[in-house]
Amino acid sequence: MRFMIIVKANQNTEGGVQPTDAQLSAMMKYNEELVKAGVMLAGEGLHPSGKGARVKFQGGKRTVVDGPFTETKELIAGFWLWQVKSKEEAVEWLKRAPMEDGDEVELRQVFEEADFTEASPETRAKEAELRALLESQRA
Amino acid sequence: MPDAHRAIEAVFRIESARLIAGLARMVRDVGVAEELAQDALVVALERWPEDGVPDNPGAWLMATAKRRAIDRLRRARMQERKHEALATVGPEAPDLEAMLDDDVGDDLLRLVFTCCHPVLPAEARVALTLRLLGGLTTAEIARAFLSPEPTVAQRLVRAKRTLAEAQVPYEVPRGEQLTERLASVLEVIYLVFNEGYSATAGDDWMRPALCEDALRLGRILAGLMPAEPEVHGLVALMEIQASRTRARTGPNREPILLLEQDRGRWDHVLIRRGLDALARAEALGGARRPYALQAAIAACHARARASSETEWARIAALYTALMQVTPSPVVELNRAVAVGMALGPAAGLAIIDQLAATGALDRYHLLPAVRADLLIKLGRLDEARADLRLAADLTQNARERVLLLARLASIS
Repeated sequence: MRFMIIVKANQNTEGGVQPTDAQLSAMMKYNEELVKAGVMLAGEGLHPSGKGARVKFQGGKRTVVDGPFTETKELIAGFWLWQVKSKEEAVEWLKRAPMEDGDEVELRQVFEEADFTEASPETRAKEAELRALLESQRA
Repeated sequence: MPDAHRAIEAVFRIESARLIAGLARMVRDVGVAEELAQDALVVALERWPEDGVPDNPGAWLMATAKRRAIDRLRRARMQERKHEALATVGPEAPDLEAMLDDDVGDDLLRLVFTCCHPVLPAEARVALTLRLLGGLTTAEIARAFLSPEPTVAQRLVRAKRTLAEAQVPYEVPRGEQLTERLASVLEVIYLVFNEGYSATAGDDWMRPALCEDALRLGRILAGLMPAEPEVHGLVALMEIQASRTRARTGPNREPILLLEQDRGRWDHVLIRRGLDALARAEALGGARRPYALQAAIAACHARARASSETEWARIAALYTALMQVTPSPVVELNRAVAVGMALGPAAGLAIIDQLAATGALDRYHLLPAVRADLLIKLGRLDEARADLRLAADLTQNARERVLLLARLASIS
């Protein structure tokens, strides 16, 4: 199963403060361990929200709001995508991450095909119809 | 199972291969090493729920297992001394503490090569690799391979005994031997992958999970042997094949052929990983090796945004190269399909007819099935019908027979 590990933003990440050499090398070592264990599928750090934007959908309209955004705690600064056998394993790996004091990191399971197998026959038939439609449009 | 136990088992899963690998170097026996690691797990299950999980659980488990290993070695040595009480002074005993300080990566590699040692039959290599390196339980392996648990347990016991009796050295082979032995390791991993990939609807979920186990083993091996192009080649091949898992079956679990798959359902994280791994294999000079070539073929499909954009000429050239390094009638059949797509059905048919004349694929249903396909495109329907009938007779797979007969009906 896959987990997305969501690293929340803080004043430093939002302020564009570069990590220290020590922080950087600790994180590199950790990432290397994840790779060597065959756990890491992907992982990226994000620029501060000042370089991002939001698109709001309301009443049929799309409104674009440029960053930065103020509610720092709800912003994310980076993510990992891991392949593990259980949530417990993901938690154990996460506990080893070289985070800073006060950090809080969230992990969430990624939906995969197997999670949908309980879908009702009707839902599945609808999916098939939709897929057939897409196919015919492509042809 | 209480939460604490689940957490401990997760720690153990992360650490067990490294534990066993390090311990095996001390005690020179993977079976004993596995027992010692299990003992350490038992101690952890007793202590951690009360004392809490230690800050560095891997080091704690290793220290615990190591103490037991040292006790065991001391006991064995005392026994020896009793037997040869008056023997002259032997060589200095190795420093047991120092023995565990070598690079963990080297130990893991030693374990990989030991589990896949040619002294073991193929199915024993697979079981031992999944058990000691993949961290699967005997029950899980049995479920994944649709075998009774006692059979797998027996197989594991016998494999460990064989390794001990043959006094297989706990080491990474060198020089020419390395190439040969690495091929055996890659074969074991790919076998596990294919076992998972061939799982069908209604199968126990442990079977498709084998794909993930194989991918994980391949990724670990790539980290341990970053300079070996074929390791990256195999990883690339598995990543790209696995990327199609979601698209391979329809809503009623019926198989969907590659060219008819909804490419939007392909896993693009895995495709990207596969293309990266292939680039590494090629950069290391491995472009003409068997796994890298197969990965390159898979990559052609992965890169095409629609099946109509497939670069068939390139695929045909890659199959020609594959025929040169690993000639086989099945590869030739695939080459015929690619040539048929690239240069037209007549060119493909010419290859197939040559292949059919060798008789090598007389019992293989895909030969007449592919031939029928080309004949239909050429408008030679009588011959196509005969081939479809033959293919339907030859296939062992009921679902496939239905498809072949439906195709037959559609041109009758």
